[in-house]
Order: sequence, then C-alpha cells, then structure tokens
Amino acid sequence: MTTTASTQAPKQKSDVILHYLRPGKKFPNVWCPGCGIGIVMGAFIRMVDKLGYDRDNVVMVSGIGCSSRMPVYMDFNSLHTTHGRALAFATGVKFAKPNMKVVVITGDGDALAIGGNHFIHACRRNIDITTILINNNIYGMTGGQGSPTTPSGANSTTTPFGNAEKHFDPCDLATAAGATYVARSSVYHVPQLEKVISNALEHKGFSLVEAISNCHTYFGRLNRKGDAVSMINSFKENAVPVGKYQKMSDEEKVGKFSIGLLSETEKTEFCDEYQKVVDAHRNDGK
Amino acid sequence: MAKVLMKGNEAIAEAALRAGANNYFCYPITPQTEVAEYMAKRMPEVGGVFLQGESEVAVGNMIFGAAATGKRVFTTSSSPGISLMQESISYMAGAQLPCVIVNIMRGGPGLGGILPAQSDYFQAVKGGGHGDYRLLVLAPSTVQEAVDLMILSFDLADKYRNPVMMIGDGMIGQMMEAVEFPDKDADPKPPDESWAATGAKDRKPRIIKSLFLDPVKLEENSWLLHEKYERMKKEEVRFELYKVKPENEFMIVSYGTMARICQTAIDELEEEGVSIGLFRPISLFPFPSTQILEEATKENVKALLTVEMSTAQMMEDVVMAVVGNRPVEFYGRCGGIVPTPEEVKEKILEMQKTYSK
Ligand SMILES: Cc1ncc(C[n+]2csc(CCOP(=O)(O)OP(=O)(O)O)c2C)c(N)n1
Ligand code: SF4
Repeated sequence: MTTTASTQAPKQKSDVILHYLRPGKKFPNVWCPGCGIGIVMGAFIRMVDKLGYDRDNVVMVSGIGCSSRMPVYMDFNSLHTTHGRALAFATGVKFAKPNMKVVVITGDGDALAIGGNHFIHACRRNIDITTILINNNIYGMTGGQGSPTTPSGANSTTTPFGNAEKHFDPCDLATAAGATYVARSSVYHVPQLEKVISNALEHKGFSLVEAISNCHTYFGRLNRKGDAVSMINSFKENAVPVGKYQKMSDEEKVGKFSIGLLSETEKTEFCDEYQKVVDAHRNDGK
Repeated sequence: MAKVLMKGNEAIAEAALRAGANNYFCYPITPQTEVAEYMAKRMPEVGGVFLQGESEVAVGNMIFGAAATGKRVFTTSSSPGISLMQESISYMAGAQLPCVIVNIMRGGPGLGGILPAQSDYFQAVKGGGHGDYRLLVLAPSTVQEAVDLMILSFDLADKYRNPVMMIGDGMIGQMMEAVEFPDKDADPKPPDESWAATGAKDRKPRIIKSLFLDPVKLEENSWLLHEKYERMKKEEVRFELYKVKPENEFMIVSYGTMARICQTAIDELEEEGVSIGLFRPISLFPFPSTQILEEATKENVKALLTVEMSTAQMMEDVVMAVVGNRPVEFYGRCGGIVPTPEEVKEKILEMQKTYSK
C-alpha cells in the first residue's frame, strides 16, 4: 500500500482531476483513446472532491483488468491485487481499519467470473465498501474474450460463433445477494453517474454502482458496434430510467437496460455488528 | 503432411486435436490466450468441447470431471493461472486421472509480468499442490517439439493415469515456426476406459477418489503412486545432447528455448577454441540425473553451467545429479529478461579462467 500526503484540494474546477492523479510517474495510461473507463474515473474524482473526503482516509482496491488499473492513476492509498479478488483484500482492509473509506474498482470479468464468489459474499455481509463495476461486456485487457456479461449470442474471441451462455445482470445479483445500495448508469449519463457514485460513497453498507462502458476496441469491433462515440451514443439510446423500464414488456426490454437507483435497503453493517460482538464479550484477559 | 507456419500456442492447440483430445477447458491469460481463441473456433468444427470457465479454479475441476469420464482432456494457462489449478492437480494425481496441462510461463512470483520466464520449474517438478505426488513434466525447445511432446503427453497421461504437464516459456507460445503434424490416426485406438466412470450398468460401480480416511489405505495409495513415479524414472527420461564430445571441458545444462540460445553461444565458443557441449533435459520429471552424472564425470569435464530464465531452480537438480563430482555454476536472468548468447559466452570464458590451470 502506498500512503499519500494530505493536501488541500485546489479551488479551480479544472485542476480538480489533476490534483487527484499521479502525474508523471504513471502516465501515459494503458487505456485506448476513447475508452469509457476514464470517464468513470473523472466522475469518481469529482465526487470524492465534492464530498470533501480526506484522501488519506480513502483506500482504492482493485484486481486485474483495464478497469482495475484505475487506482494506479489516482493518488489515494491504493492496493492493486489479484485478478478477481479485490473484494477479499478490501474486506481485510475495511475490517482492520473500519473508519477508512474503502472503494473497489472492478471489471465485469474480474468481479463476476473469477471474483464471483467474493462478490456475492461481500454483498451478503453488507460490509461498508463501495464497488464501482465497469461493465464493458468483455475482457478488455486480455484481448476480447467473453465475460459473464457478454450478452447471449454476442461475439468475442472465445465465442466466435456467438455466445451460447446466459449472461448475468450484476445489479440483480448484488441485490439478491444482500447489497444495500445498487445503482446503474453509463458513461454517457455522466451527471447521473456522478450522483449514484456520490450516493453510493455516502451509503453505509455494501454499495454497487454498475457503470456501463464501451470497449470499442474489442466488444465494439467484434460486434460491429462502431467506434467509441457510436457505442457511447448507443448507451443514450438503450438506457431506460428504471421506473419506466419496470413497466416495459419483455419484448420491449430486449437490448435495453435500466438506469438509476435499482435498490436501496437498510440493514445492519458488518463491521458495526462485529464491533457489538467485541463490545459484549471483551474482557482484556480479566 | 506438408509443413505449415504456425504460432506456438496455435500449434499446441492443433497438436492436441491430432491426439484426439476433444475436451478443452480454459481461462484467458497472457501469453497463452491464443490457445483458447484457436480452440473456440476449432472445437465446434470437430464436435468437441470448448468451455471458458469462470476461473482457473473452475477449469481445474472441469478437467477433473471430464477426465473421470475417461475422455482425453487438457487445459492451457500461464503461471498465476496454474497456481490456481494446484488444488485440482493434486486431487487428480491422488485419484489417478490422466490429463494434460500446459503452462506457458511468464515471470513471477505474484502477478509478475507477462514476458517469458522459466520460474515455475519448482512448481511443476516438485509438486505445486499438496501431498505425495509427481507430475510427468516435459519441456519443448521448438514449436515442432511442442507439437510432438503435446501428442506424446496424452499417451503418457493415459499410460500412467497421471496428469502430464508441458511447460514452455512465453517464447514457445508466441514465436512462429514451420511445423509438421503427424497425420491424424485414421483409426485412433480408444483410450483405456477400464477405470473410468462410464455408467455402472451391468457392472460394479467404479470409484474415482483421492479421499482415504483409513491411514492404511492412504499409505497404500501413496506407495502405489510412488511406484508409478519410479516406473517413470526408468521409462520416461528424455534429453538431447548437442556437441557433447569426450574432449569437452565444459557442459551447459539448459532446457526449453533457453537451450537454443545456449546452442548459439556454444557454436561461437567452439570457434574461439572452447570445447563445450549442451545437455538439454526434455523430461524435467523424471529428471535425467544419471545421464547428467555420466556426462559430467567424463575425464576432461571441468565444470558445469546451468543456464535458466529464473534464479536457479533446475540447478538444484543438476547439483543433486552430479553429487559433488563436479562444480556446478549458474547463469540466469529473470523477470522476462532473456540471457543473450553473449552473456552465456562471457560466463563460460570467465569459468575457463577459473577452472583451466
Ligand atoms: C489468475 C489470473 N487469471 C487470468 C489473468 C488474466 N487477466 C487479466 S485481466 C483479465 C480480464 C479482465 O477483464 P475485465 O475484468 O472484464 O476487465 P476489463 O479489462 O474489460 O476492464 C484476465 C483474464 C490474471 N491476471 N490472473
Ligand atoms: S481494451 Fe477495451 S476496456 Fe481496455 S482500454 Fe481498450 S477500449 Fe478500454
């Protein structure tokens, strides 16, 4: 883990992003021009700044993937871990340091394939971690293989004749597994994306923000979805506010996805509950 | 069959098909993902099974499941992925299941890097999982040899009912070379299924397991496995000699593509009047210990040099093989940096100063 010096955020709006980056050392980044991951990073930084968090108190944890490289570029405490298991590492950090703001950045393959087990258990515990899952429907970093969110029938380098598998809805999964704040937005809907990231950060318990993003380099190319701009425009066309989405028929829902706050519940948080156990039984060897 | 130009990873994939391995499970990881991508296209064409698992842990167990049915099955991965398969590899060895696992190694430990390395020697040869077991481990140095060993691996896996691992550094997977495939056996003999879980209709059920709670039974199983490993040591030692002659003063021991680089160094050293040869182990388990000892103790040999893309792993086996009869020195680079012929040459010239009175 690296610790950063605490400094005051600049007043100039345009300097905000730069203030939170690790310039020089870590740039240029690995992302393709036009990749949506950078949009999510911008939204995240603006919200952390707006909420006035002390960045020494923020821990960014990620696994492996294009999405998971995000914490490398931002100047918070950061922990870059194994593919799929960021949430297990994050649970360790949060449990050891319950007062820290722990944020996990993950991709669809990272969170839902190799990390699927850790994902559902973090939801189940309702541990106070915010997870931002950047869903680009494919494995970007390794060159375009199918992921658990590659739509049935879609092409990837490991589903060259169309995906024969069913795909996950990460938000449904998280809600069912016990997450207490679940929202979805896209890299087109930046103001909304910022709002749900901000609310997720402020939520006590396990919160998930699914950010629909473009991997035009692989998903776009293999599925004839055009360049970054046309993919991002397609999110504008296919995103439906959740209230409206719920009233749509199954046929109308094909190719569409809901955005907004999908579920929010109040449940006791894991670190708090464990503290109660300690408080009730602690005797310090007496 | 005519020669075709192929990338190592794709040639390995095609070789498995020629060996009748129609069941492939995988998880993407650089630098072997091309095997998965090749198989995703080819398996449906041959009516075989291609499945990208949700992780290498899943893949290891998918292989167990498919192997238990008596079918030829394999997977490919790279170092961190192979680490995740160790549990199932141990279980397959314990349950005596044949399968082939290919590790296109990258630098480690941990996430390491994605460039070629040979740093998983211990993991492959000494047992990366728990328990008293061994893998039969083969290491090709050319794409053609990768094809040949891949086909052989399936036969050896069946012969011993044991997992076989083929390890190649990232270069083997990524480089393109002309290869020739043996013609597909027109009438491949079906693998021996006398032990497999094929449905217990009209016969007693067969039980495939590695669990033996009775210590006597577990010990029995462990000695049974041990006997197989001893048999491998007798029957499956493979190696190649390059310019090994009675007058040689030095001998390099090196495997995989590293050995090819050493050949270049040896050619150049020869021109400079240094008498030197190469011992290239092809089977890493069983290790050609007796043969190395025999060559090392030839009258004129002054010292051995092991060259590896690691921080001296195989060297321990070479030291054990020569049992103190000759000095063994080491030269290696790691982290994805490959020793150059010049570096190897320099090391040998240095050794010449030390050992030639
Ligand atoms: C144990 C292990 N297996 C495989 C890999 C290779 N790997 C790195 S990133 C990745 C997939 C990333 O996909 P995703 O999480 O969807 O993120 P994206 O790159 O699309 O943002 C894989 C398979 C690895 N690093 N470790
Ligand atoms: S490969 Fe895809 S996900 Fe990765 S940076 Fe490029 S566009 Fe983004």
